[in-house]
Amino acid sequence: MCSDKIDQILARHRGKPGALIRVLIEIQHEKRWLPKEALAKVAQALEVPLSRVTQIATFYKTFSLKPKGRHEVHVCTGSSCHVRGAARLLAEVQRMTGLKPGETDSESRFSLETGSCLGSCSLGPEIIVDGTHHARMTPAKVEGVLKRYS
Amino acid sequence: MKRESPPVAEIVLQIDGKAVKATEGMTVLQAASSATISIPTLCHHEKLEPYGACRLCMVEVEARGRKSYVVSCLYPVARDLIVRTRSDKVDKIRRVILEELLAHAPHSPELMRLAQEYGADKDRFEKESSFCILCGLCVRYCAEIKGKNAVGFVDHGARRKIRFVPEIASNECWDCQECFALCPTSFAQAAYFLTEALAFPGRRKAWTP
Ligand code: SF4
Ligand code: FES
Repeated sequence: MCSDKIDQILARHRGKPGALIRVLIEIQHEKRWLPKEALAKVAQALEVPLSRVTQIATFYKTFSLKPKGRHEVHVCTGSSCHVRGAARLLAEVQRMTGLKPGETDSESRFSLETGSCLGSCSLGPEIIVDGTHHARMTPAKVEGVLKRYS
Repeated sequence: MKRESPPVAEIVLQIDGKAVKATEGMTVLQAASSATISIPTLCHHEKLEPYGACRLCMVEVEARGRKSYVVSCLYPVARDLIVRTRSDKVDKIRRVILEELLAHAPHSPELMRLAQEYGADKDRFEKESSFCILCGLCVRYCAEIKGKNAVGFVDHGARRKIRFVPEIASNECWDCQECFALCPTSFAQAAYFLTEALAFPGRRKAWTP
């Protein structure tokens, strides 16, 4: 089924090398990662060398070459959140999920990432789960937030 | 009226005190080499598009009394431009660039030769032997001249590196290997054989005896 979706995405951009980033974003959204086979298909359909596809797919942090969990947890470690205790927050998220930044758990529930400034300094320290900002976080509130995502 | 193609503007600039004739659109490096003035380069190759990665070809330029430092392999010639290919500051820039590159590839003969010329200390910075100096010669040669794209860049920032794509390399590289000789550090060759050993041992296109 997923592979159908990829074929649909590719069908819309066949033969258009300029659509490379767009296509990768769409596949990333659909599958939450970019499987190797998908990259090869993209190269073929868009008529872009595979080395070019790999270059782009590894350059941007948006793209993942490893499967991601159902929920993406971002902990902001920018300076503003840092001075407000992001390190303790991150430690608590790591303790609860058992993950280090960049990792995904074996049940594919969470993927953990950090970001240096996620753009909401006035709300910090914050964690973002699947795009939803959780502001003014404390280590004590982490459990309550993560429990909402299964 | 007869239509003529617009004349190619001829430009005279000064390089190391010499008046050098050039045509519009040329780079300072091209103008210099036409006057047999040599500027050191690492990422430049005549047959490839200018790239500007290594910064070693940095020269001092002066226009309307203002001095600046530019990479000559990209910088276009201009009327009355004054170029100095050696000066204390230019030499210092090159020396530091070489010292940084030597932290990555301390045994590269090309770098060692330049280091000697510019008095660069190969041990100035802590070694981080990635062996590749990211000049992009292998990648660009494979793409621009051979049209094969068997080797490309991956990742970004400090983790940027070259990588042979096994799917392409297994078919294309054995009969070519032309990038090996271009590489200033021999890393292109090492990377290819590592890829072969890991991804397609013994599956390289068979040579015909
Ligand atoms: S492998 Fe060699 S030729 Fe290729 S980018 Fe690195 S240093 Fe340059
Ligand atoms: S030769 Fe000009 S930047 Fe490398």
